[in-house]
Amino acid sequence: MNLFQTDVHPTNVSSASPTHAAPNPHITHWIKEKLKSRVHIWQLVSAAVTAASVPAWAAADPSTSVFSTASTPAREVHELSLFVLTVTGAIFVAVSGLLLYALVRYRSRSTDTAEPPQVFGSVQIELAWTIIPILIIVVLFLGTARVLFSIQDAPKPPSAVDVTVVGHQFWWEFRYPKYNIVTANELHVPLSTKAAPRPTFMKLTSADVIHSFWVPQLAGKTDLLPNRVNEMWIDPEKLGLYVGQCAQFCGVQHAKMLLRVYVDTPEQFDRWVAGQQKVQAEFGSPALAALPAAVNQQSARSAVPNLPPSMQTQAGSSLPPLSDAITAHSGQLVFEQQACINCHAVAGTVANGRYGPDLTHLMSRATLAAGATTNTPDNLKAWINDPNGIKPGSLMPAMHLTDRQNAQITAYLLTLK
Amino acid sequence: MDTPIISVPGGIEGALDRTRPQGKKGTYLEAIHSWIVTVDHKKIGILYICFGLIFLLVAGVEALEIRIQLLVPHSTFLTPASYNRIFTMHGTTMVFLVGMPILFGFGNYLIPLMIGARDMAFPRLNAFSFWISAFAGLLLYYSFIGGLGLAGTGTAPDVGWFAYAPLTERAFSPGHTIDYWAVALIANGIGSIGTSINILATIFCMRCKGMTLLRMPLLPWLYATVAFLVLVAVSPLTAAQAMLMIDRYLGGHFFDTQAGGSAILWAHFFWIFGHPEVYILVLPAFAFANEIIPVFSRKAIFGYPAMVAASVGIGFISLGVWAHHMFTIGMTSVGNAFFTLSTMIVSIPTGIKTFNWLATIWGGKLRFQTPMLFSVAFLFQWLIAGLTGIMLSVSAWNWQLHNSYFVVAHFHYVLVGAIVFMIFAAIYYWYPKMTGRMLDERLGKWHFWLMVIGFHLTFDLMHIPGLMGMPRQIYTYEPDRGWTLLNQLISVGGFIQAVAVLIFVYNLVHSYFRGAVAGPDPWDAWTLEWSTQSPPPAYNFAVDPVVASRRPLWDLKHPDDTDSAFE
Repeated sequence: MNLFQTDVHPTNVSSASPTHAAPNPHITHWIKEKLKSRVHIWQLVSAAVTAASVPAWAAADPSTSVFSTASTPAREVHELSLFVLTVTGAIFVAVSGLLLYALVRYRSRSTDTAEPPQVFGSVQIELAWTIIPILIIVVLFLGTARVLFSIQDAPKPPSAVDVTVVGHQFWWEFRYPKYNIVTANELHVPLSTKAAPRPTFMKLTSADVIHSFWVPQLAGKTDLLPNRVNEMWIDPEKLGLYVGQCAQFCGVQHAKMLLRVYVDTPEQFDRWVAGQQKVQAEFGSPALAALPAAVNQQSARSAVPNLPPSMQTQAGSSLPPLSDAITAHSGQLVFEQQACINCHAVAGTVANGRYGPDLTHLMSRATLAAGATTNTPDNLKAWINDPNGIKPGSLMPAMHLTDRQNAQITAYLLTLK
Repeated sequence: MDTPIISVPGGIEGALDRTRPQGKKGTYLEAIHSWIVTVDHKKIGILYICFGLIFLLVAGVEALEIRIQLLVPHSTFLTPASYNRIFTMHGTTMVFLVGMPILFGFGNYLIPLMIGARDMAFPRLNAFSFWISAFAGLLLYYSFIGGLGLAGTGTAPDVGWFAYAPLTERAFSPGHTIDYWAVALIANGIGSIGTSINILATIFCMRCKGMTLLRMPLLPWLYATVAFLVLVAVSPLTAAQAMLMIDRYLGGHFFDTQAGGSAILWAHFFWIFGHPEVYILVLPAFAFANEIIPVFSRKAIFGYPAMVAASVGIGFISLGVWAHHMFTIGMTSVGNAFFTLSTMIVSIPTGIKTFNWLATIWGGKLRFQTPMLFSVAFLFQWLIAGLTGIMLSVSAWNWQLHNSYFVVAHFHYVLVGAIVFMIFAAIYYWYPKMTGRMLDERLGKWHFWLMVIGFHLTFDLMHIPGLMGMPRQIYTYEPDRGWTLLNQLISVGGFIQAVAVLIFVYNLVHSYFRGAVAGPDPWDAWTLEWSTQSPPPAYNFAVDPVVASRRPLWDLKHPDDTDSAFE
């Protein structure tokens, strides 16, 4: 359910004015929640309710609300935030109430020109409003410190999944060192339950400028810095897709550096890992390792190393070299002879560039260009033809290929499952 | 001065200048010439304020462009690159070319008048500081034309106002955009430091007879704190800009991570400037409130010594909180805890100030003219800004809130809700002194109410998309996130504020020619600037004043109930 998205067309400004947003039943929810977040008095009453139920305005699916949490680091912060909201809400009510009272009570009558009694200060009162805030701060600090240390200094259990996250302008690289997997933009992690805890511990770094990893439902953000490794962890307790995006301005396409985290059951996760490994193992086998050089010289085309067996026969038997046919085979030739492989890797082939996302399992991902568009054949072809059309400022250049070459490369990429 | 009996009104009576101002006017050329070569603190102050107001309009237009772009998801009103330039220029302009010049302008104008001096300590340094700051502003905006450079990329800077390295290194920002930004801020910093030295020297050396430090109005006290902060905080910024330029042109590697440099180093340098900068901007706003709220409550400020101590205390504590901008950058848990605590401690002196304003109002006879209206709104908005500040200081929660629209809402609450509102209050309050004419009260009320409505529509709502996961500095957003309606309402609020500011500008121009004549003391106030003509003559006071209390004009008006009998 997409809250507030009833009728706004993301085409251009002139077609959608602020008045477009039709009233809908969620607005009442939204007003309630608005009151909750700003006039904090409601927190006192509703803290328990809020903790028990997802706020309505946070109900966009998938949600990015910091109050709709599904992992220990996010949940502990959420509980802390309700406590802080209650305290600050009480202060707001008390001080603004006094202020409002004073403004009404002491407004001058136009007839009254005499000056009021001059009061210069009072040590007792001033001491009181120095000491009470100090006490409040001690409480807030201790509450914060408890959560801070429990999240940041949590020990890593042996069952943890390790992921290395590398930020790039403007996409994410995910490596699973224990599983020998490299993928991009869409992170898969296993469910972690109380009975079988399997948290994911991430090491974060950057290949270029500072980025920040933020999936609000799972944890607060942690920056990715070049020349430095930061750490964070998540232990998602609900299955599903969680979204987020880069939260540190990193250049022209910072806005479209989106993040997707899939939380799988242990079985799904193992299957996903096996899938990511299986293809790699199959195409990267020693028997085929010698082939890329040959392919590069355009002399031996009896087998294309990175195609599934079913396509191998087809590719090997029926297609001529440098065919005009729009096939995966000819697509791979174009892919490898153009500059694509300078930046992109397809495990098991000569393509081993590391500047762009690893394409070995491109078709296992739901989106292209770090979430800028969905991964459909048409979008893929449009993306290759003109990356700036989809993500202006993207560092992937348009290679000025012919339509046929584009179609061929698309056909090839569509086989990278 | 310990013998109040003989010095009830002090020598203030003699300071009242009753001669008529000369009616002679020169040609336009002579008028312009007189403004360019002036070393008079009042003229320089007005130059600073006008300079700041012009850039306020420029930055306001940039803000509206941002709000138009965010009306709908996937908008194409601005390209991503130009959006990034616009928000970078908006932030840089508001901090360096609007906030600081206007606040320095009021400091320049008011400090000598309030302490009974005839000019700043170093009049020519004063003029130099203004003109180099003005040059810095023009240089920054010249980047729109000159930033292209040989690399053919970019025009204005597009790296955000805090310009995190290594994005600013030549590998990621070719062309000259960053050079304009860095050199403009260095030049601006020279002007700021010059003015600060001037303010400190003036306050400590030029006070009139009888004005001990603890008889000084609070405004000079707060400006002394600000000047001290500028000296300490602007220097690291200038150093960092110099290091950046060395990286870019002389093969240095301070922030060049690919050659072993440090990205965190820039963040530390920037924020050890950047956080005190917040107080550099907000303390003058407090200073205006300290002058305006008592006059319109008809009571002396409550707890003057505590106010002085709290202000100076804020100055010192604010030097130890900078890394609360860096809770997500990967500090140790102990580091995060330290900056959590130090940040929370700032709220104690700030709280004291708020409570003292409340106590000043308590028991008074409140007059709700436009300066007071803006001050009252300031009190509420500052309260909320302080409370969201406490939320952000909770480092664990900050991991969620940092760099989100919640932060954007918070600092706009400080910069607009507190500082810009108090700048408006100050202009309504001191405009009669500067021009000799009152601003129109009816237009002022329109300005105020539209501003309040627009402000709250925009910045109250802006907290929510932050809690819903919307990061700052994004040129567009996904339609499925649930942020659209909120962004549209926020934009509507922005346009309401724009209308309010246009009314204000009209009022400024209209009242200059048509406003009611103010006379020397239109608000029935108590500090020395109201003892001289409006506008004051070049020499300020015909006779050097002598004071015996914190409110010399109160003593003069109430010989039966003088402050000097109690202090």
